Amino acid sequence: MTAVLEAIFGNAFWSAVVKTVVVFAILMVNTLFLVWFERRVVAFMQNRIGPNRAGPMGLLQTLADGIKLFFKEQITPRKVELGMYLAAPVAAMIPAFLIFMVIPFGEPITIGNTVVTLQGADLNVGLLFILAMSSLAVYSIVLAGWASGSKYPLLGGVRATAQMISYEAAMGLALVPVVLFASIQIADGSVGVGTMSLSRLVELQQGSFRGFIPGWFVFWLLPSFIIFMIAAVAETNRAPFDLVEAESEIVGGYHTEYSGIRFAFFFLAEYINMFNVSAIAVTVFLGGWLGPDFGLPSGIAWAMPIMWFLLKTYALLFIFVWLRATLPRMRYDQLMTLGWKRLIPAGLAWLILFTLVQAFRSFGAPWS
Amino acid sequence: MVETVVFVIFGLAALFGAITMVWARNPVYSAMGLMMTMFSIAVFYVSNSAHFIAVVQVIVYAGAVMTLFLFVIMLIGVDKEEDRTENLPIQRPLALVLILSFGAAVVVAGRLAWTTGIRNPLDPVNGTVEAIGDELFKRWVLPFEITGLLLIVAAAGAIALAFFKDDDDAEVDPWR
Repeated sequence: MTAVLEAIFGNAFWSAVVKTVVVFAILMVNTLFLVWFERRVVAFMQNRIGPNRAGPMGLLQTLADGIKLFFKEQITPRKVELGMYLAAPVAAMIPAFLIFMVIPFGEPITIGNTVVTLQGADLNVGLLFILAMSSLAVYSIVLAGWASGSKYPLLGGVRATAQMISYEAAMGLALVPVVLFASIQIADGSVGVGTMSLSRLVELQQGSFRGFIPGWFVFWLLPSFIIFMIAAVAETNRAPFDLVEAESEIVGGYHTEYSGIRFAFFFLAEYINMFNVSAIAVTVFLGGWLGPDFGLPSGIAWAMPIMWFLLKTYALLFIFVWLRATLPRMRYDQLMTLGWKRLIPAGLAWLILFTLVQAFRSFGAPWS
Repeated sequence: MVETVVFVIFGLAALFGAITMVWARNPVYSAMGLMMTMFSIAVFYVSNSAHFIAVVQVIVYAGAVMTLFLFVIMLIGVDKEEDRTENLPIQRPLALVLILSFGAAVVVAGRLAWTTGIRNPLDPVNGTVEAIGDELFKRWVLPFEITGLLLIVAAAGAIALAFFKDDDDAEVDPWR
């Protein structure tokens, strides 16, 4: 057994294949759970019971829904641009999967002599890769809206473009202090060479100060974390920023004309993206998979980092669900004002402040 | 081997995208073709282990195409197709001549010896981000800053052109 695993992970090609399949499986199973989690939590917040029939506590409800969507008739309206109409759901899935490929979801495991990183690929431009892929995620929504040949999807698509381009800027700005801070951590106080590799960022958050506070970046970069989370909610088109699919105004938004498995693809992509942004926030600000293993025997201890990662991610996902159950949808002009006049200036101001403080700490005051 | 396969697939994709961009009657398909070409070029950068440039290529160009997309939908209209009447009669023969000379240039360039890929595979690549940062913020810091200034001037100029059309309109306060 060990020899087989060692042989597989020793080979670059087969280890890539196995990791891709594993990431795919994780995301699918996780989505099944996440949809159930959201429906259940929202139900309790609204004094309802929520899905509780299929399987224990309704856990199989999403699976049943998925099977239903899979076998449903797919209606293609007459006025669609067929090529783009069919490409859009697939285009929604690709960036969602690719983003999770670069996120480390556990401590590297040693099998025999090979070290297996629990991460699809450790890019040295991991953070930028995430931003690049999330900029590609807009295409599916706009294409779907445009290719449907119908007015509500088009409105949804145009809204999505403006919203996602605006909030991407805020998201990128929130991540710049992280790279700066990483450079300081690497060089022990002075400015050194930073890193954008996500696994390296997790390693840099190891240790603690004053004995009990973990060395997570969020304690230094709280404004960045807040800006990132607000932008992340807007990027994934979740309430209160779900104007892209505001059912009281534009029916279903960009996916109005989609049914069956094509709709399911959009649905999946939305939930995977939600999981992704939470996982990124955990990796960058909340120490990723770091956490105590309580001195457990090594047979169980290897799974503890994965458990910590999932626990932290679901804590953030709970906030997503909580927001949805609590806040009413924003007006469109409020959304744009928040993005351009509040978040981006706030991000810039925090970046300048942080840079100045760190420059003082490293180089001393300019008059001394 | 892998590099060749990747090159052939994405080379064809880049060509297909470029041809679509010029050929498509619908401007949205043109924008998508441009996006495809940009993305394929990013893949070439990756296969030459220039990860940073690849990612920046996707962020900058794919992001910019998105804006183009929006302009197409907003300004030209959703389902309007391009009018193909030729206004400059010399344009098509000229294009043919240019294509032929470009082909000749490719043939000539193909005869030269080219060095591609990583120069020495045993040489540890210490992250292209670090290397680029070193070059950009130490040796080339002045050109870098000047380019930034130039871009800001261009953006400010565009805004100014949009707001102040003639001298007559200049009295109107644009910030009102």
